[in-house]
Amino acid sequence: MTLATHWHYWVVIALMMTGLHIVIARRNYVKKLMGLSIFQVSVIMLYVTMGKVAGGTAPVYVMEGEGHDAVPNLDVVYSNPVPHVLMLTAIVVGIATMALGLALVVRIKESYGTVEDDVVIEKDRAEEESLES
Amino acid sequence: MSGLKAHFPVLLVVVPLLTAPLLALIRQKQVARALALLSALATAVIGWGLVIAAREQVEPLSYHLGGWPPPIGIEYVVSQASAFVVAIVSSIAALGLLLGTRETRKEVTEGQQHLYYAAYLLCLAGLLGMAITGDAFNVFVFLEISSLSTYSLVAMGNRRRAFSAAFNYLILGTIGGTFVLIGIGLLYQVTGTLNVQDIAHRVQELEDVAPDSHNLTLLVAFVFMIVGLGLKLAVFPLHQWLPGAYAEAPAAVSAFLAGTATKVIYFQLLRTTVVFFGAAHVFGALRFGTHVLMPLSIAGMFIGSIAAIYQPTLKRMLAYSSVGQVGYLTLALSFGTEAGVQAGLLHLGAHAVTKAGLFCVVAAIVAGVGSNRIQRLNGLGKRMPIVAFAFVLGGVGLIGVPGTSGFVSKWALLQAAFASEHYLVAGLVLLSSLVAVVYVWRIVEVMYFQAPPVDEKTTHDNLAMVPALILLGASVLFGLFPDQVVELAADAAHQLFLEPGSLPPLPTGGHG
Amino acid sequence: MSPELTIGLCLAMPVIGALLVALTGKKPNLREAMTGLASLATIGLVLTLVAPVMQGDQPQWVVVDALLPGVPLAFRVEPLGMLYALVAAGLWPVTSAYAVGYMRGHHETNQTRFFVCFALSIFAALGIAFAANLGTLFLFYEVLTLCTYPLVTHHQSPEARRSGRIYLGILMGTSIGFLLLAIAWTYAKAGTLDFRRGGILAGHIDPAMLPLLLGLFAYGCGKAALMPLHRWLPNAMVAPTPVSALLHAVAVVKAGVFSVLKIVVYVFGLDLLHSTGSSEWLMWVAAFTLLMGSLIAFKQDNLKARLAYSTIAQLAYIVLGAALVTPDGIVGGGLHIATHAVGKITLFFCAGAILVAAHKKNVSELDGLGRTMPLTMGAFFIASLSIIGVPPMGGSWSKWYLALGAADEHAIFVAVLMVSSLLNIGYLIPIPVRAFFFPPKADEHGDDGQGHGHGHGHGGDDAKGGMFAGEAPWLCVVPLCLTAVGCVVLFFMAHWVVRLIAPIVGVAG
Repeated sequence: MTLATHWHYWVVIALMMTGLHIVIARRNYVKKLMGLSIFQVSVIMLYVTMGKVAGGTAPVYVMEGEGHDAVPNLDVVYSNPVPHVLMLTAIVVGIATMALGLALVVRIKESYGTVEDDVVIEKDRAEEESLES
Repeated sequence: MSGLKAHFPVLLVVVPLLTAPLLALIRQKQVARALALLSALATAVIGWGLVIAAREQVEPLSYHLGGWPPPIGIEYVVSQASAFVVAIVSSIAALGLLLGTRETRKEVTEGQQHLYYAAYLLCLAGLLGMAITGDAFNVFVFLEISSLSTYSLVAMGNRRRAFSAAFNYLILGTIGGTFVLIGIGLLYQVTGTLNVQDIAHRVQELEDVAPDSHNLTLLVAFVFMIVGLGLKLAVFPLHQWLPGAYAEAPAAVSAFLAGTATKVIYFQLLRTTVVFFGAAHVFGALRFGTHVLMPLSIAGMFIGSIAAIYQPTLKRMLAYSSVGQVGYLTLALSFGTEAGVQAGLLHLGAHAVTKAGLFCVVAAIVAGVGSNRIQRLNGLGKRMPIVAFAFVLGGVGLIGVPGTSGFVSKWALLQAAFASEHYLVAGLVLLSSLVAVVYVWRIVEVMYFQAPPVDEKTTHDNLAMVPALILLGASVLFGLFPDQVVELAADAAHQLFLEPGSLPPLPTGGHG
Repeated sequence: MSPELTIGLCLAMPVIGALLVALTGKKPNLREAMTGLASLATIGLVLTLVAPVMQGDQPQWVVVDALLPGVPLAFRVEPLGMLYALVAAGLWPVTSAYAVGYMRGHHETNQTRFFVCFALSIFAALGIAFAANLGTLFLFYEVLTLCTYPLVTHHQSPEARRSGRIYLGILMGTSIGFLLLAIAWTYAKAGTLDFRRGGILAGHIDPAMLPLLLGLFAYGCGKAALMPLHRWLPNAMVAPTPVSALLHAVAVVKAGVFSVLKIVVYVFGLDLLHSTGSSEWLMWVAAFTLLMGSLIAFKQDNLKARLAYSTIAQLAYIVLGAALVTPDGIVGGGLHIATHAVGKITLFFCAGAILVAAHKKNVSELDGLGRTMPLTMGAFFIASLSIIGVPPMGGSWSKWYLALGAADEHAIFVAVLMVSSLLNIGYLIPIPVRAFFFPPKADEHGDDGQGHGHGHGHGGDDAKGGMFAGEAPWLCVVPLCLTAVGCVVLFFMAHWVVRLIAPIVGVAG
């Protein structure tokens, strides 16, 4: 495995780590969601690159002959379409997650007045202490 | 009727999945509730029907979605284990809806209730689909369906903390789900198939070719899947999201989630380790059980239970107790033996019923005294005698006192530990049960030894007690007459452990 | 009546009793009648089992085929269990009568709950007695702990709560932490949990592990109060006295030592333990407990606490008998279950009667009490002699057999038994001596502490001397006289008991 032949993996890994780092290190909820999105995109890239077969063409039959006599040429190398199809679903999931996450951020902003993680925790603790006493 | 019965595996998922959008359209909350309950009940009936069907068969039932044969088409697999899980999950879901009557009306904002029911059923559909599908990518899709609806259910709690809890859950849950997705992708890359049984075969072949050298991609795929599932299962130390989510969700949702979500994920963990990668490989060559899962399980057992002692509210206490109980589940798996998996399945059932029942009791308490803070429970033994008694019953079930389901599963766990010569572990299991005595008795003392407040009024929510008593009654019944369920779990574990090679290989071809 | 039905009825009767008590809770007289009827019916039913068992039959009843896989919920009446059931059920009616007198005389609250839990405790004790395997035994063992918890914490005071914690903590802790572990271990090795003659473990377990397993069992039966896990017993004395009497001198603590005996005989088997010497260490622990218990009892001024520590010591006799693994030791241990039960329950009855009539809790306050409470103190004296082991009291026989059991191979324990008997004299006999021969402390009346002044206030109206009340209510006095007589009767009846239990160790009575 060398950098030259497997460079796409390094791109995926770089994106993945960037995304994860943002999710963990940032305190801002919106930024966390951005990181999460980058993380998910990296996985989509992983799948898409996975389906590529070296020297392969788009997975649509190359036909030989004309009209009704046309038959697919089975000697042509095709890329694997399955991972791409799977990613359609993953993209939908990603968008749904993002939408739900942003909706939650809106509600958090409304009720706490902030989207910073540490401020929210602080407010929660203050509330807890007032209940305790 | 038999024609309909043949389609039970898919109906199990389709019924709640199609009812959910219908509920979102019906804005009438009474109708929505009735319809949701009806749908969940129908699902439960189907679930138990599948158990019966699976019991009649030696090999797992296979259902080809849309008539496409596997491995190209998506296959639903009704094994003894999946049917068992599905039946428990669907029954608890129905009881959770039954519970939700007055509670939900109070806790969920007016005008959102039909959406609450829709999300609930979506979550149910996702969980059931995850348990029953035989397609690896399908697992991910259903995982996300259930997760996304869970996040919104948690956010419907009546305090603002529900939002932050749901958000945290969303972040961690998505990371977990995506990890699973990466694992499945890598697995696909190695094997070229998504069918569970097919994957198992090919992984087996790879391992047979070079038993000593680990296939690195396979190993990475394994790690990603385990970490992802571990996050969703709340295996220590990946449990941070769980207490917040369980504590802030509406009471009915806590009951539902506690009894179902982690249980289905646990079943996935069983499949991943035992079926996908092969028990012999995972627990033999990789030593995943003894070197990774066992220490983490034991740590989880103790830390979860000890943390439960110090929680200010009942829900948080029960949530941390769940972290501890997940430790027992994974510990059972970590032996890597059939007996262990049997114990795991038994504990899955026992804990699902007990914990869901306890959360139902908490719902009744919240309805009665308006809070689940432990300091507000003084004199509950006098104010709500049946509720307090039910809590004690559930509590002794958590401890594993004989006569409750918790004892049966703990016994199986001990036997599994002894069978694989882990004497010390058996001692630790019992020691951690003693920690459970402490947190349960802390509540008992408050309920029975502190004088009830003079001026406060208690309202009685008898309807909430119906599901609670059904669940806790089931726990006692199973504790006293366990043989049917024990046998079922034994058969289920045996079926999971059948070498993939001993099943007829599927016709190959298809994926790239 | 088929044996199944008899066993079933024996077990059902206390539960029915509990139900009836709960239903008639509003009418105290009717409720007490229910307790009385249930207790009499129970002992009647238990007695019908004696004849077949004496003839060598072992009636059995399998309730559920699989309580756990391979472990049925089953009962079998074997001699040792028969004896324990007789003791527990036989003393129940007496204690019920006493309890009525005590609870009313002492103006206790929550009497309905008290009698319900009491009946359920008897149910659990009978379940333990008749258990045919370790699984069933464990089930009822836990039920007994849970049923007695509300009795121990009856007053619901902070002190009761604290004691309740210790009670539950030690009993549940040991039973789950040790006993269940040992049971699971046994099942994993032997593949069965049935009580079988000659044991089930021989040939299945590494002999080097036997002492450990025995230790798990002996300490797992926390109710046997082996040191250092004895603390729960003195703490349980916060309970009303009838509870201390029946449960913490008879049913509960005897459940512990009975389990130890049964496990030694039917799970390990005498031969296995004898040939490996695995129980040697347990003898020393028992001997230590026995001496320490007696020594600590010396120091206790509170009468019930003194009796509690005495109980700890006496229980150790039985454990010692089991650990000796000689036929005589086992017979002595079994016999001691009966003789100590009758003796100690009398002592507790007396302590309760003194509390009710004279409002005194401490030994140092009892001077001259024999003049106003002659019956009570007389019974106390007789029971003390039985505990010490003086003929013609029942206790002399059990000590005789224990000494015989030790004489062959472990003669040192004979000496221990002798020393212990001397200690018994030391802490028991001064009590009746003070009561009968010391003059009442009339002059110290003013500064004699709370109890004394209190007693004066209450008893002053009806007692002649104005100093002490007379005897306790007749419902208290009659039972304690009966049990005192029982101590003597047991001396002459001991050979019946020996004949009953001797077959389990293969010697003729």
